[in-house]
Amino acid sequence: MAVCIAVIAKENYPLYIRSVPTQNELKFHYTVHTSLDVVEEKISAVGKAMADQRELYLGLLYPTEDYKVYGYVTNSKVKFVIVVDSSNTSLRDNEIRSMFRKLHNSFTDVMCNPFYNPGDPIQSKAFDGIVSGMMVQPS
Amino acid sequence: MESLTLSDVEQKYYSDLFVYCDTDNTKKVASNGRVLDLFRAAQLPSEVVLQITELCGATRLGHFGRSQFYIALKLIAIAQSGLPLRVESLNSVKDLPLPRFVVGKNEAEARHAALYQDTDSQGLYSSSGSGVIPRPPGRGHQNKKGPPSSSSVPVHEVIQPLAPTIEPQPDSTSPVVSPHQSPPTSPHSWRKHKRQPSGGNTDRQPVVSAAGAVWTQFRETQTGPVSGDGMWSSHSPPPTVQESWVSFTADTPPSSALPAMHPSSVQESTTIRTVASAAMTNEIQRQSSGYDDPWKITDEQRQYYINQFKTIQPDLNGFIPGSAAKEFFTKSKLPILELSHIWELSDFDKDGALTLDEFCAAFHLVVARKNGYDLPEKLPESLMPKLIDLDDSAEVPEPTTDVGYSGSPVEVTPNKSPSMPSLNQTWPEMNQSNEWETFSERSSSSQTLTQFDSNIAPADPDTAIVHPVPIRMTPSKIHMQEMELKRTGSDHNHPTSPLLAKPPELPEEAKLTASMKFVAANTGGDGYSSSDSFTSDQEPITRQRSQSGTSPEALKVVAPPPPPPRPHPSHSRSSSLDMNRTFAAGSATGQQQPATVAYPPAVPPRPLPTQTSGSHAGHRGEAEGVSGGGAVLTTTSPQQIPQQPNFADFSQFQAFAASEQPSSLPEVDKHSETGQVDKSSEGAGPLRTVKSDSQAEDRASATVSTAKGSSGPLAPPPKPVRRRLKSEDELRPEDEQHGPQKSNLIAAVLATQPSIPRSIGKDKKAIQASIRRNKETNTVLARLNSELQQQLKDLLEERISLEVQLEQLRPFSHL
Repeated sequence: MAVCIAVIAKENYPLYIRSVPTQNELKFHYTVHTSLDVVEEKISAVGKAMADQRELYLGLLYPTEDYKVYGYVTNSKVKFVIVVDSSNTSLRDNEIRSMFRKLHNSFTDVMCNPFYNPGDPIQSKAFDGIVSGMMVQPS
Repeated sequence: MESLTLSDVEQKYYSDLFVYCDTDNTKKVASNGRVLDLFRAAQLPSEVVLQITELCGATRLGHFGRSQFYIALKLIAIAQSGLPLRVESLNSVKDLPLPRFVVGKNEAEARHAALYQDTDSQGLYSSSGSGVIPRPPGRGHQNKKGPPSSSSVPVHEVIQPLAPTIEPQPDSTSPVVSPHQSPPTSPHSWRKHKRQPSGGNTDRQPVVSAAGAVWTQFRETQTGPVSGDGMWSSHSPPPTVQESWVSFTADTPPSSALPAMHPSSVQESTTIRTVASAAMTNEIQRQSSGYDDPWKITDEQRQYYINQFKTIQPDLNGFIPGSAAKEFFTKSKLPILELSHIWELSDFDKDGALTLDEFCAAFHLVVARKNGYDLPEKLPESLMPKLIDLDDSAEVPEPTTDVGYSGSPVEVTPNKSPSMPSLNQTWPEMNQSNEWETFSERSSSSQTLTQFDSNIAPADPDTAIVHPVPIRMTPSKIHMQEMELKRTGSDHNHPTSPLLAKPPELPEEAKLTASMKFVAANTGGDGYSSSDSFTSDQEPITRQRSQSGTSPEALKVVAPPPPPPRPHPSHSRSSSLDMNRTFAAGSATGQQQPATVAYPPAVPPRPLPTQTSGSHAGHRGEAEGVSGGGAVLTTTSPQQIPQQPNFADFSQFQAFAASEQPSSLPEVDKHSETGQVDKSSEGAGPLRTVKSDSQAEDRASATVSTAKGSSGPLAPPPKPVRRRLKSEDELRPEDEQHGPQKSNLIAAVLATQPSIPRSIGKDKKAIQASIRRNKETNTVLARLNSELQQQLKDLLEERISLEVQLEQLRPFSHL
């Protein structure tokens, strides 16, 4: 269960950020921001083999003592970042992947909406729903 | 939190309440302050309230989400009715009265409660009858109730306003309802007020806004106090909705003006409400039981949507691309966010395009929104496009009654006319699933079709009689063949004919020839009778042959395609000829060659025209086209005439005549028609001889005439034999006698071959021998044919050149 989920646009500005314990938003925003550097690094790592199928799932970007950050980038350079609480029994990699897949799918649905201008913050309720489903339930 | 099943009434009510509490306008979280106030207004002991908050999970979450809020409300209702607070009871308690909230800030809610109850009891849903978007529960009824009542519930400035619009109703109850007007207001909005699209509920709330403006307007118009619920009841039927929102006028202006009015009206309505509310309560309970799906689309609406769809996309089975839909719905002046949400709901298959069903759903949602109904969180079932017929489009859970989140549908409350119910059933017809299914059906059918074709395609060359080939053969041909076969008895003799056509396909050819022979034989016998048919068939046959004959080269071998083995000229019956002709049609290429060649190149006529022009005039006609060239050729190059297949045919014919009439006739005919091919098939010899004789066209003609003579008697018989072929051949030879050449050739060929015994029952050996001979003749004739063809071409060229010269000379003559 994620603690924070963020969608970053190609130009590295956030399209969507949602954190579960709302009070920690600032912290998570900061974390996501710094993780972008790692993402960029990973993307550019495949520099030579551009034609190669780059792995969309970037894996663990950045573990801290409190939490782990996973990254995923789409072919259109839209990045998804999931912050997971370390205290959580570590979620298996597959679970993280499936979370990203779901995110990607609902992001695609959002994109399909003709009323959505790419680059706008995502306000889709369906997307919110999916994200909420993946977030840790606050207690 | 367990899932909550709310009745429509409840949902509506709760949704209204939620909106009321949703001061932050987030639509997600009810502000704790408001909520707590509300709970306090429920007049429950505080510990109960605490318990409720805990149960609903708000404590856990820290805020009241929509579901939590709904659960809390339900628990309040449970508590108010004296039942123990249990989470399980959330769904188990049936017919729970709506939670009642005492005055205070929450008067509105209280009123709503009353209203809802009343309205429910009154069967709001039915009020609209027309199936307009269902009004919020209770509101309508309340209106109907009429008791303007002095608001049993303390006035609540806030929400009221909307109520008034409902005309008939005694506003008393309605006012109560108004607080959460947002949903209820939708009916008003239908009226042609363009409500502010944005956040209907919030807008409506007196507190917030503007939306109310529209409503207040109504109110003003209405009677003022009572109106509150009146709005609901008055809701205009769908058509109005359509009109109203279709115009898509700017809705903001009115709203702005309205707010001011709200308070006053609200108060009025409130008072009214309070009085009525009490009365309502009972009714509400009654009402709660039955309501229609608020999101159903009436037929008129549907028709309207379909018409709109057509304006964008004439094909009802097609898609409206996202961009077009975006433009269209943007005209509704709903905020992009809401349109986006509507799109999300209605684009069921998430393909970025709207099918008819999806479009109707989207349109309907827009209409609802414009009328003030909140958008559901999930697509209501009635709006779901039946993508897959059989599937329970089950993704959307029964929307309206489902968990709290689907608040808005509830608001929309069923008032939709009872007529709606069947709409869903009609949907499937329009579904994309139908389209999809049809696609699959089509594909499958196409497969079947292809299969059929494939089945038919592999003509079985071995079949003696009609070959697989495109059966061009006319029935008569077939008949002819059969007759020939019968007549010849054994195909032994005639096997050559087929063989002629195609050495490789000897077996079939043999059969063919056999058949042809038989036919020939038969024709011989029947001859005359059948000849008629032949003649009749000749035309088509001729045509066919001519068509096939266009490919000279094929002539020889006859065979590209199956059977119609070109019986070499030697075949008496010309079964081969006949076959050729008959099959030629089929194979088009092969057999026809001989015969057709004659036609197109008009080779056959060549020899004939000169001689038989007169007599053949008749047939010429038919062969004219074909043999036109031939005729010309004949005129121009007599020498070539002999080369004409016709020529050969005739020779064969003569031979036939010598050997056996029937067979010869056919052959002759055939030859005459097929001309070259036959000749070639028969044997280079005869043809060659013909060629050599080409110079002596006269001779050819003579032969032709002789052939004619001989064929004369034979003609009739042969005709029947070869039906098709013969008819052509006969006609030609007889009429035009394609040529003495042909006959010569034929005769020659025939001579070369053992007279193809008509008797079918020859010895095997003889048959085989004849087969061999025929084969040889075939090859020879084939070669001859090709040569003749070549010659023909040359001759034609010569002719052309001569003509040109002539023309050149002529002018001079004029000089």
